[in-house]
Amino acid sequence: MSNNKIIHWFKFASPQSFYPLAGKMIPWFWGLTAVFLIPGLWISFFVAPTDFQQGEGYRIIFIHVPAAWMSMFIYLVMATWAGLGLALNTRLSGMMAQALAPTGAIMAFLSLWTGALWGKPMWGAWWVWDARLTSALILFFLYIGFIALQAAIDDARRADKAGAILALVGVVNVPIIYFSVKWWNTLHQGASVSLTKAPTMATTMLWGMLLMALAFWMYSIAVALTRVRAIILEREAHTEWVKELDEVKA
Amino acid sequence: MNWGSPAEFFAMGGYGLYVWGSFGVCAVLMIVEPILASRRRSDILRSLRRESLADKLDSQ
Repeated sequence: MSNNKIIHWFKFASPQSFYPLAGKMIPWFWGLTAVFLIPGLWISFFVAPTDFQQGEGYRIIFIHVPAAWMSMFIYLVMATWAGLGLALNTRLSGMMAQALAPTGAIMAFLSLWTGALWGKPMWGAWWVWDARLTSALILFFLYIGFIALQAAIDDARRADKAGAILALVGVVNVPIIYFSVKWWNTLHQGASVSLTKAPTMATTMLWGMLLMALAFWMYSIAVALTRVRAIILEREAHTEWVKELDEVKA
Repeated sequence: MNWGSPAEFFAMGGYGLYVWGSFGVCAVLMIVEPILASRRRSDILRSLRRESLADKLDSQ
């Protein structure tokens, strides 16, 4: 019984069986993105009231916080895949890590970009070198470094290994980002939502932010699955199963 | 409802540049990224199809 389950999971860990599975999952994740995004945007702009201190400018948090969360979460998932690839030498792991990196980099960029656009009117500065902002910038550089390192090594398996080491070393930065607002005196405010205490924001705003976070999450899965399908085809181009695919034979 | 008119909505209480600058760039990246990802797949599929055609012609 349990043995069968193990075989089942290893089956989907092969690029050959994951490729069609990913293809089937992609439309569902796009659907879920829309399901969360539409009410999320509606709340962000039409339901959530004007903030008494920050006016309408605070509405940036409805994308800033989800982007920042996803940038950290995707990094952890990417590092987990990379670590699994290093430990188990499974082919799919490296491809998953590679597929996640550009999406993570975009999320990290968006968190910095929207943060700057919020900082200018609220703090009077696009950028300050405080601990939260600096560690978030390092996260963006880690993504860029991971992508560049993999692109610089021709052999895909060696590129995976080198990238995995970089990704795993960089994991130390994620708790630094998360706790930076506690550990140091930062200009950046503390967490509005935490696992240990009640959120310090109005319920409608919280709902808007959670829906937007779910939308960003579903979006990230959909786009990473699309990219991993391309990567699988690129890397397995000379295998029999790829040659036998309907979309190749046609 | 927070807005009396579309103009008020786009002005965002004077924060228009910052709010739309954030949501705009976010929207652009989230439209472009999936297009690039699916184009990457259609590129590799095109070259695989060409290869498979070449194989077929070779074997004839």
